[in-house]
Amino acid sequence: MWKWLHPYANPEVSYHFTNKLLPWLSALAAIFLSIGLVWALLFAPADYQQGHSFRIFYVHVPAASLSMGIYFAMAIAAFSSLVWQLKLADASAAAMAPVGAAFTAIALITGAAWGKPMWGTWWIWDARLTSELILLFLYLGVIALHSAFEDKNLAGKAAGILTLVGVINIPIIKYSVDWWNTLHQGSTVSKLGKPSMSLDMLWPFIFCFIGFSLLVGVIICLRFRNEILARNSIRPWVRELVQQNTTK
Amino acid sequence: MTLKAQSAQTTETLTNQTDNLVQSSAQLSYTRAFMLVLKRDLTIAMRHKDDIINPLLFFVIVITLFPLGIGPEAQTLSRIAPGIIWVAALLATLLSLDRLFKSDHLDGSLEQMLLSPHPIFLLVLAKIFAHWLITGLPLILMAPLLAVLLHLDENSYGALVFTLLLGTPVLSLLGAVGVALTVGIKKGGVLLSLLVLPLYIPVLIFATSAIDTAALGLPYSGQLAIIAALFFGSLSLAPFAVGAALKVSTN
Repeated sequence: MWKWLHPYANPEVSYHFTNKLLPWLSALAAIFLSIGLVWALLFAPADYQQGHSFRIFYVHVPAASLSMGIYFAMAIAAFSSLVWQLKLADASAAAMAPVGAAFTAIALITGAAWGKPMWGTWWIWDARLTSELILLFLYLGVIALHSAFEDKNLAGKAAGILTLVGVINIPIIKYSVDWWNTLHQGSTVSKLGKPSMSLDMLWPFIFCFIGFSLLVGVIICLRFRNEILARNSIRPWVRELVQQNTTK
Repeated sequence: MTLKAQSAQTTETLTNQTDNLVQSSAQLSYTRAFMLVLKRDLTIAMRHKDDIINPLLFFVIVITLFPLGIGPEAQTLSRIAPGIIWVAALLATLLSLDRLFKSDHLDGSLEQMLLSPHPIFLLVLAKIFAHWLITGLPLILMAPLLAVLLHLDENSYGALVFTLLLGTPVLSLLGAVGVALTVGIKKGGVLLSLLVLPLYIPVLIFATSAIDTAALGLPYSGQLAIIAALFFGSLSLAPFAVGAALKVSTN
């Protein structure tokens, strides 16, 4: 059943696979993002309560959910690298960490920019904001651990263990922060209640969401490719590739 | 024919006996290995007393800084006392974590420990337990005294001690994962805090909330139960992660 997957354990094969994948992914990402963002920012109806500032939603929500999704993807990669000793899984986890951190930061910054007109403050110790901030810390820890080791293989394993410890902790942290907030704060600021969204607003959101997911795919593919090259720089096929490119 | 059967029987009984012997000696050596590692670490700690005293002094000094920074009003202090004590406990544990594996890694005894036939889980657990006895326990004994300085509510003393009793082992266990990951790195100290502190957040939240609840005279057994759950969860999972991380670090 898994036979088709085996060839991709070879760095060369997966390098060429990402090469083939990249144009498709980037084209799709460009199409979805341009349609989605133009529709969302220019044509979607403004919210009756929040006005135009509601449009940050189209960037904020995809970034926030992708920031968590990337962490879980990273954890799956870390798990498979630790259990099945797949070096490429290591490379993919290393490729994902900074992207995830960037999207977490985007979610936090857009959240702050949205919070200022809506809640009148850049930051409140709301449960969701806090757990997103802690997620950012976890990402930064993984990245720091990656860069602390000289040996890439060791770095991958160590960061993998940390990622898995983090993934066990994320639900606990999330739950405890929710609990902490309801205890300490009470409802001084009522969160944006989930309004049943009209389809005019939902469709651009779906486009944006798919577009941002594809964009993440593109960036991760690019970084993954670089990781493969950096880790296999002594291999003959990499040298050939470099020579081909320099002679061109 | 009969002779053969007999000899087969004797060899069988012999192997059974040796099996039993191996089993019993293995069972014996589990506890013995645990006790030996524990005893060794405690002896080393007793010979370097500053390892015990310095984190404790740090704990005391950090806590005395807060009233100086915030002001001496008893009401404010008693409101923030649980948080201060617990954050100081986190930081003191963080400072003391370094000694858990560092010197053993430098003199090579950590590698010998990993090469020994005993399960790493057990040895790691013994080391963590020793670490808690050396750093966690003095902290717990010291905390009520410092709580007096911070005008902690009278109802809260029991909650403070209980949360520290259940919570500091969690700090040692989770911290051990971080130390095991960074033990091979030269400048691991700052990195360690980045790795470990986010993982400490749940303990901090539930412990301080238990103390706050106790101050109101309400039952705080729920929070204690959750900290106990965190304790048993990390007790059963963290040593595996530590073992794996040590194998990575010692390469």
